[in-house]
Amino acid sequence: MLALAQFIPQASTYASSIDNVIFLVGVLVGFWFFVAEGMFFWLIWRFRAKEGVKSEYIEGHEKHLKRWITWPHGLVLVCDIIIIVAAVQVWYNVKQRLPEADSTVRVIGQQWAWTFQHPGADNELDTADDIFTVDELHVQVDQTYHFLLESRDVLHSFSVPVFRIKQDAIPGRTITGWFEPTIVGEFDMQCAEICGIGHGVMASRIFIEDQQAHTDWIQSASVASAQ
Amino acid sequence: MAHTATETALHGDLHHDAHAHEHHGPQGILKYIWSTDHKMIAMQYLFTGMFMGLIGAYYAYVFRMQTAFPGVSVPGFGQVSPGEYNALVTSHGSIMIFWVAMPVLIAAFGNYLIPLMIGADDMVFPRINRLSYQIFLLSAIILIVSFFVPGGAFGGAWTAYPPLSAVGEYNQTNLGSSLWLLAVALEFVAFLLGGINFITTLMNSRAPGMKAYDIPLVCWMIVIASILFMLSVGPLIAGAVMLFMDQTIGTGFFDPARGGDPILWQHLFWFFGHPEVYVVLLPAVGITIDIIATFARKKVFGYKLMLYTTVATGVLSFFVWAHHQFVAGIDPRMANVFTVTTLLISVPIAELLFVIIATLYGGAIKLTTPMLWALAFIAEFLIGGVTGIFLGASGADIYFHDTYFVLAHFHYTFFPIAIIGTFAAFTYWFPKMFGKMMNDTLGKIHFWGTIIPFNIIFIPLFVLGMGGEHRRIYNYEHFPELAGDGMFLLRRIATVALLVMLAFQLVFFYNCFISWRKGAKAGKNPWNSNTLEWTTESPPPHGNWPEGLPNVYRGPYEYAHPDRKDDFWPQNEPA
Repeated sequence: MLALAQFIPQASTYASSIDNVIFLVGVLVGFWFFVAEGMFFWLIWRFRAKEGVKSEYIEGHEKHLKRWITWPHGLVLVCDIIIIVAAVQVWYNVKQRLPEADSTVRVIGQQWAWTFQHPGADNELDTADDIFTVDELHVQVDQTYHFLLESRDVLHSFSVPVFRIKQDAIPGRTITGWFEPTIVGEFDMQCAEICGIGHGVMASRIFIEDQQAHTDWIQSASVASAQ
Repeated sequence: MAHTATETALHGDLHHDAHAHEHHGPQGILKYIWSTDHKMIAMQYLFTGMFMGLIGAYYAYVFRMQTAFPGVSVPGFGQVSPGEYNALVTSHGSIMIFWVAMPVLIAAFGNYLIPLMIGADDMVFPRINRLSYQIFLLSAIILIVSFFVPGGAFGGAWTAYPPLSAVGEYNQTNLGSSLWLLAVALEFVAFLLGGINFITTLMNSRAPGMKAYDIPLVCWMIVIASILFMLSVGPLIAGAVMLFMDQTIGTGFFDPARGGDPILWQHLFWFFGHPEVYVVLLPAVGITIDIIATFARKKVFGYKLMLYTTVATGVLSFFVWAHHQFVAGIDPRMANVFTVTTLLISVPIAELLFVIIATLYGGAIKLTTPMLWALAFIAEFLIGGVTGIFLGASGADIYFHDTYFVLAHFHYTFFPIAIIGTFAAFTYWFPKMFGKMMNDTLGKIHFWGTIIPFNIIFIPLFVLGMGGEHRRIYNYEHFPELAGDGMFLLRRIATVALLVMLAFQLVFFYNCFISWRKGAKAGKNPWNSNTLEWTTESPPPHGNWPEGLPNVYRGPYEYAHPDRKDDFWPQNEPA
């Protein structure tokens, strides 16, 4: 089983917990997959038709044979419960809980671009110094963010693969979520819900900056928007 | 031929009419078009489904070329625009599910097999049966027409989420989306009519002596699937009417600006959409279990267990739909409930697979072409089953939702169901349908030429999904991290494998043709099978058993009974 981090970096506080659930599911279902396929191919080989050998007459009610169904059956249930517990914990942490925010950004989807409203120097949203960008989200590392997700037309989906977060944007609603970036860098964001002809090219980038770089960006962006 | 007509007095006159019509009705080609014979209608469904399958495959070829070689002029299509790409993806999904999997697995094999396997001379409502096909044909024609109207075909995915699907301004395929919706709604009507027929026929027209537990599992499975379909499709038909009104007369059922709610559609759609998976799965499982019993020369390991498990799966399938909507904006607490129900459905499904695998124990397994297909169904469907757990577990689905992982997962369920299951059934019942044996060598070449490329197409797509690549993206060059050489290599491997797989389908068509023309005569029962369809001529004449309908004395899977010298014991043979 390959770990997800080999394909794509973990850039949020909860990325590793989501990867761990995926890994756990991978191990459990991987076990069942190999047991079932192994048994399956072994039976095909072991009971291949041979000259003069008649097949056995088995009803399927025999207790000593039925065990081969009922025991694995019980084990599957146990695995299910383990997965449910792990998945629900992570889900609660990522989606249900809303930790205290250091800062809030507004994310607005429309055909076919993302508009990001950053709080500006005063760190307050919906004030005069807000910074609006298109297809570029700037955040500071190690800060907890709330995002207010909106849509102007159809469904879109705000997806940041390096954070492992995904949330559909729905016209007429504001959906609040959170993330906390953990590494500095620049990454892809894709719209994850088909939204019309331009869906496939609705690309945007997230810039995760350290404190100094982020302050610099706020300053330069404020100057640019003031002009 | 007297039995259904007299036994079910209520429908008797209908039945007489139908047969009278048959004898004095139109001649020539019209005789086939207006036939009410269940076998002829089955053939109509089968060939229409296969034709639609070719269209669906062609679309897959075009958009796979675009994803692997963006911007290239695709041979046989040309440059693909973003709008066309969306339309191709949408049509591929709609066609393969509604116009291939359902007509072939349920309508074609249901129509062909149910009367023959339960010992009836025809369906209970032959004319409704014919009407069902004609409405289906109309729906297929409307869908095809929608590709050519101004603005082009609908491109909002087969799930048709509003507001994109509801507002012409947003989807820019005003006419295309309405026609798509109309076609889908008509298709549902066709299958409701067909389903009524299957259920009624199984209840009322069984041969004398055939008790509930003597019915071959494939018939049970198709009928249970029909019941699931009838119970689940109602909300979606209501939703389709509302969406159609949103599109055409400007209502606002799904428009938040006018008090509507786009999420409502998703609930209506998936309340149908998830049981729908089992609607097509069950017939394929039934086909598989019948073929495995025949070629392992084994009684099914626990007939009742299998049947009850199927019913349990069907019931549970009504309580899992919102796992498609974890991140769609539903109340996050609801995801916990649906995670539990979704994972629990793995219990009956695992049991179904265990029972089938256990049936192999103690068998004398002959690897004929149909048996290879049936076994491949189990081996491949297992991959689809286990990868589904990642998506049903809410915490993991946050990442995997709408990625290529999802796409690879459901192709590992739908491909075994719709393609492998169909080939299994087709190669197994070909001798009955056409009276000739299929060429086994060509059959095996076709089998391996389909199965190996199939895995090479979809295993790379799992990896792309793990890398964070989303579905329905026209051109990955816009995403620097996804446009790396490694990612493109995987996409290209998948596309080349698709081309190879499509090429091997020519072997299948050649085999069908050459076997139909020159194949060895099949006789009544070439596989030494037990079920009733093998007790009549191949192909069966009108009325199925002209010399009188069979009586049934035992269950369908009495292979290798200790009291018998032969290793099979036909259901109609007196003790």
